[in-house]
Amino acid sequence: MAKHHIEATVNGDAVEFLCETEETLLDVLRDTLHLTGSKEGCGSGDCGACSVTLDGRLVCSCLVLGCEVGGHRIETIEGMAKGEALHPLQQRFLENAALQCGICTPGFLVASKALLEKKPDPTETEIRYWLAGNLCRCTGYDKIVSAVMDVAAAMRKG
Amino acid sequence: MAEAATNGTNGQSYVGTRTIRPDGVDKVTGRARFGADFNLPGQLIGRVLRSPHPHARIVSIDTSRAEALPGVKAVITRDDFGDQPSEFVPAGEMMMNYKDVVRNVMAREKALYEGHPVAAVAATSAAIARHALKLIDVTYEVLPHVIDVVEAMRPDAPLLHDDLFTAGVEPKPDKPSNIAKRVEIVLGDIEAGFAKADVIVEREFKTAPVHQGYIEPHAALATVSEDGSTELWCTTQGHYIVRAHCARLLGLDIGKVRVTATEIGGGFGGKTVVYLEPLAIALSRKARRPVKMVMSREEVFKASGPTSGATVHVKMGATKDGRFVAGFAELKYQAGAFQGSPVQPGVMCAYAPYDMENVKVIGYDVVSNRPKVAAYRAPGAPISEFAVESVVDELAKKLGLDPIELRLMNAAREGTKAAYGPKLGPIGLEETLNAVKKTEHWNTPLRKWQGRGVASGFWFNIGGETCASLTVNEDGTVSLMAGTPDIGGLRASLSMVAADELGVPYDKVRPIIGDTGSLGFNFLTGGSRSAFSGSMALVEAARQIKADLCARACKLWDAKPDQVEFSHGAVRPLGAVAEKAKPMTIADFAKIAGKTGGPIGGYGRINAQGAGPSLGTHLVDLEVDPETGRVTILRYTVAQDAGRALHPAYVEGQFQGGAVQGIGWALNEEYIYGADGKLQNAGFLDYRMPVASDVPMIDAIVVEVANPRHPYGVRGVGETPIVPPLGAIANAMENATGIRFTELPMSPPKVLKALRERGLGRV
Amino acid sequence: MVLIGNLAQVTGGVAEFRLSATSVKQLFQQLAELHPALERHLEEGIAVAIDGQIYQDALLEPIGPDSEVFLLPQIAGGRSSARPHRRIFAR
Repeated sequence: MAKHHIEATVNGDAVEFLCETEETLLDVLRDTLHLTGSKEGCGSGDCGACSVTLDGRLVCSCLVLGCEVGGHRIETIEGMAKGEALHPLQQRFLENAALQCGICTPGFLVASKALLEKKPDPTETEIRYWLAGNLCRCTGYDKIVSAVMDVAAAMRKG
Repeated sequence: MAEAATNGTNGQSYVGTRTIRPDGVDKVTGRARFGADFNLPGQLIGRVLRSPHPHARIVSIDTSRAEALPGVKAVITRDDFGDQPSEFVPAGEMMMNYKDVVRNVMAREKALYEGHPVAAVAATSAAIARHALKLIDVTYEVLPHVIDVVEAMRPDAPLLHDDLFTAGVEPKPDKPSNIAKRVEIVLGDIEAGFAKADVIVEREFKTAPVHQGYIEPHAALATVSEDGSTELWCTTQGHYIVRAHCARLLGLDIGKVRVTATEIGGGFGGKTVVYLEPLAIALSRKARRPVKMVMSREEVFKASGPTSGATVHVKMGATKDGRFVAGFAELKYQAGAFQGSPVQPGVMCAYAPYDMENVKVIGYDVVSNRPKVAAYRAPGAPISEFAVESVVDELAKKLGLDPIELRLMNAAREGTKAAYGPKLGPIGLEETLNAVKKTEHWNTPLRKWQGRGVASGFWFNIGGETCASLTVNEDGTVSLMAGTPDIGGLRASLSMVAADELGVPYDKVRPIIGDTGSLGFNFLTGGSRSAFSGSMALVEAARQIKADLCARACKLWDAKPDQVEFSHGAVRPLGAVAEKAKPMTIADFAKIAGKTGGPIGGYGRINAQGAGPSLGTHLVDLEVDPETGRVTILRYTVAQDAGRALHPAYVEGQFQGGAVQGIGWALNEEYIYGADGKLQNAGFLDYRMPVASDVPMIDAIVVEVANPRHPYGVRGVGETPIVPPLGAIANAMENATGIRFTELPMSPPKVLKALRERGLGRV
Repeated sequence: MVLIGNLAQVTGGVAEFRLSATSVKQLFQQLAELHPALERHLEEGIAVAIDGQIYQDALLEPIGPDSEVFLLPQIAGGRSSARPHRRIFAR
């Protein structure tokens, strides 16, 4: 079976790749484009470690096929910092110790960024439900949620 | 952190502050490399063929069709592993036998659980590897299986090993059994104790197997050279242990195997043993190319090591004024396919939080057709302490005593003779109970269908062999190398200790975790030991550096040893010498290191002793929905003794993470087996771990009762937090519903059923 | 004074000993001389509590003349077998 030839935009860069029909976007990101920041925790869309945005919409890249993204815009964890400047969420996660092993962190950062872009003023409950699609086994979520709340408050202050 | 006066000459101390971890930036940008992020040019992809049967004799394996498939470069089976004689070795905080390890890694005579590896292939793509597995023909003779621990103990149960005879019973049995071992601790006279009791409570409890639930699946990348030198990258809690196991199983010299521990995405004890590593090495050796292997989530659930399911019988007696006078328990723990459940520590910890004169605890280690148990955070203790803490709560009710007061009355303290033997050194249980008593949480009123529960917990913690090095670079920065994988903040804590010991700024210390070729043996990250032991080894390394610099100063200043001293980041001249010499910092010496004797460094190599137990008390408020049986955690407080918190935020993180794992264990998590012995919920959808919307903020109170055996007073903290939640939540459930739940998890169907049986709740 | 807890099963019920050992290594030697059946257990994974402090794999740790020593199962650790074991595979 011939591979698909796909052109898309990843983190603002034009990319071009070949992929098999059954390859997921996550496979393509990690194995073909060598962007290993998105992680495979389950392969079935239950853990959120592979979270990316597709045309600004938060998705599990393990549930998107590589051959589906032709002409679309993908943002991954690798595109979150701007040059040497970390995104406020990244900085706050570090300051709040909102990560322990760090495997879920890219997914949480992508998901949190998507939330704050959609709703700059979330309550704690709204944050918890939005992030319910991202599993963390190390932190118990406390410091992650407080980091997102802190950034939301700081961004509102402008 | 603002950089204080250079080189810490103002006495700035980092230990106890909330520094930013040195490995943090890579983790928030996706740059950090975890197990599956490593690749080598020309690598093959390895995949494992696993038994579909929970119990079967493997009659024959024919790999010829797989070997013939284009793209397949190697196939291995049991024939590629020599048998191992019986020998027990440490596996996390438990013991495992090499004879069993070789069989767990690759089945030999029998498949003993669904998911047991039977063969493995390495091919040029994952698709070809998966196809090759389908071409391997295995003939199984399916046998009856048994999973539940009580059923496995019956004399007519299907037998897993015909050479397993129950140890710990006299006379030695002549018939094989699924009961691998019987253990027991006895203190005082249990019958006399019960005779003194005014109140006795007796209960039986049941728990299901639960998985450590790390988000990162197992992964390994191996490359073997023609001279037998092997390099391995794997996600592990103990790369030296991986090296030892692989060398042993494959007949390699330990010195020829170099293992690098990648960043690890969670372990909690589940990554203290080998699964893929020996397979990847064996395939690479056969294929003469690097081989990369990663488990799927389904494989993680089916073929790595969840903890025991168990049945626990507890009987406790107390006098009417609340003194515990007798504690009995009988624990039956699943070991999985091979012996080695954590029943021994479970036995030892059951009554450990309390000062008791009369204790008898018996434990049984029982094999059954599910994956071999691996360690899970304080292995064995959450189960036995859940049962005892539940009964303590019932005693409190029967005696009309406050549950915290009852625990305070009986709390173990310094000098208490522990039920498992020795007298305890200083410990902080009372402090945690008092801390919880003072919280606003404890004093907040509740409504109908809401309940509050409290429970305490104990775990020993360990030390062990540890090597760490400090090297002063030419520019005065310090390179720190530790040998225990960093699972959640270790590099930050160790860097703070090194910075304080040497008096250098925190950001001038760069830590790495060395591979097995770079340091002497390190026991694994587990037992809550990495900060405790690592910091001890660093103190020794720093001591060597300070002594060396003082000696160099003596030569430079023509001074005697008692005329120089190291303090606040510099060697300082004393007395008369101070008139002609100025203090010299580490950076000053670094500039002239070569001229004064050579590079500056220290190497601490110790077997850390003196680990102190960490005790904790948890408080939980929850609400039960009588229509659905769903339990919502409203509020949660953890108070635990850390000895000395090197990095308070990461200590709090351990409390919070362990508490939430305990919440999952108590309310939702369980392995669900069908009658066919196959796992029905091998994925995160149906193996339901807590998500962010399931839990509130977890208030963490760090108590510090210094451990006198550690230079900074540190106690390990990582494991104790998972011990109290099960009991605390069961106790809260009783207060919310009037029902004493004795079976975990207390999931919605079970809660609803119990409510309806008692005519509570609504249909 | 040495208490051996569970290991009394191997000594026919004798659980307490008064010995003059000055190190853990000596203690194990003396115990093994008194009860040869203990030797295997002492090698295989025993922790020692000296006056309440637990030690694992600490053969050279000193024991005072009035110390109370308690033998208990190892909680973990120590290194895996250092015994060399080679199998040559001709593949």
